[in-house]
Amino acid sequence: MNPSLLKPPLFLLCLGPLAWYGWGVYADTLGANPIEAVTRGLGTWALNFLLITLAVTPLRKYTGWVWLAPLRRMLGLYVFFYATLHLSTYLWLDQFFDWPAIAKDILERPFITVGMICFLLLLPLAATSNAFAIRKLGGRRWKELHRTVYAIGLLAVLHYAWMVKADIAKPLLYAVILGVLLGLRALWLVQEKRRQLAGAYLKKKPLGRIIPIVVRK
Amino acid sequence: MLIRRPSELAPSDITSPALYARRREFLQLSAGLALATALPASAKLGPGKASTLSTTETPTPLKHVAGYNNFYEFGTDKEDPAQYAHKLRTTPWTVSIEGLVKKPKTLGIEDILKLAPLEERIYRLRCVEGWSMVIPWLGFPVSTLLKQVEPLGNAKYVEFITAVQPDTMPGVRRSVLDWPYIEGLRLDEAMHPLAIMAVGLYGDTLPNQNGAPLRLVVPWKYGFKSGKSIVKIRFTDKEPTTSWMKTAPQEYGFYSNVNPDVNHPRWSQATERRIGEFSKRKTLPFNGYAEQVASLYTGMDLRKNF
Repeated sequence: MNPSLLKPPLFLLCLGPLAWYGWGVYADTLGANPIEAVTRGLGTWALNFLLITLAVTPLRKYTGWVWLAPLRRMLGLYVFFYATLHLSTYLWLDQFFDWPAIAKDILERPFITVGMICFLLLLPLAATSNAFAIRKLGGRRWKELHRTVYAIGLLAVLHYAWMVKADIAKPLLYAVILGVLLGLRALWLVQEKRRQLAGAYLKKKPLGRIIPIVVRK
Repeated sequence: MLIRRPSELAPSDITSPALYARRREFLQLSAGLALATALPASAKLGPGKASTLSTTETPTPLKHVAGYNNFYEFGTDKEDPAQYAHKLRTTPWTVSIEGLVKKPKTLGIEDILKLAPLEERIYRLRCVEGWSMVIPWLGFPVSTLLKQVEPLGNAKYVEFITAVQPDTMPGVRRSVLDWPYIEGLRLDEAMHPLAIMAVGLYGDTLPNQNGAPLRLVVPWKYGFKSGKSIVKIRFTDKEPTTSWMKTAPQEYGFYSNVNPDVNHPRWSQATERRIGEFSKRKTLPFNGYAEQVASLYTGMDLRKNF
């Protein structure tokens, strides 16, 4: 499959949630409290895209669908897109740009503090989501930087769970999915460590330069 | 910030014909839904005697009053109660009043409806989540009901216990809260003329999702204090532990008076969004009923007794 053919339809598909809420506001189908529905909906979709982005690598590994990999950047940028909209609705429709109240909210309400940290951590990732930044940083450092997405995932679920009044079923579902996606990474790390400790990379002729993650003896 | 001055409408002018038309639509719809448990369409309860305790603010449209509810027994999403509550069995319905009283009684809903002439009370309702509505309730003072059993001198609190129908309430299968849902008031709060037992809204029987057939309405407290579908009332000498106090004691106190200066630990209570409005309003102490109820709390630290 050719990723460059997939990108335009995927780009439009990812705008679907925004279109849905836009239409909902226009047609008044979002119930009694449309502003709350939009704010929460955009936040939910930021989180959804985060999990989708984190699912790309496991899916590619287990299915062999290598064409997924080039789509990951766009999906990741949609996390930032929906997170920005989510934050904007809070700043505008919830607080009406009352900056002292916003500052107080960020300092005093743990769920808002955590949400804000999430957004701040997303900024460098969005800013370095281009080939120039990768070249400039070097692949390894770029990768290290982009591993903050794991922390963002954990904080985003916490942000959701702390917002909820009593029924944490939905945040819990997100936590479980995130747990699986992060758990797989931990598993791969352990497996790779074992392989390297067993000397596998020394026996095989390397394909290129390999930087081992364990200390050589 | 839009500051609205009370309009100079007579109480009879408040419900517009358009709203009544929508009420009919809604009733037809719910009648359709309720076919399984079909009851003969009863005559209208209302309109009820107008009350000087009513606000002159514009009531929230019925579709929102009956479509955006917190009634966790039917699910925790705001739309769940409207979707599932049609199954609630509201007949026969009895309320037993017991505890520290001279004459404990079990009253049928039909007897309760005859206790006093119904009044229309148009009240503001402020939810702890930061939204509010204006609802034209139909009911009578809580004191009318409580006096039936002659409370004893040592009765200091009143506990309100609400219905649990596992077969009609999908929400009680999960222990989100400790069922049955329990609320409570100090006896003098319960006897205050503003506190009512509501049996209807918008001039007719309560929609099930609003707590049919009988619910509490305490307009100066956050909405969750106004228990829905009440089956038991108990007089006690100790402060009752309510369901929300059990679930999150650091977040929900016994009094839960609307107070813009005491924030919920996880969100501010300084402002609220009136359903249907774009801008937010400033939340008023005691939800704007301070003049009538503040004296109930003289000498109390309302930060400690939140």
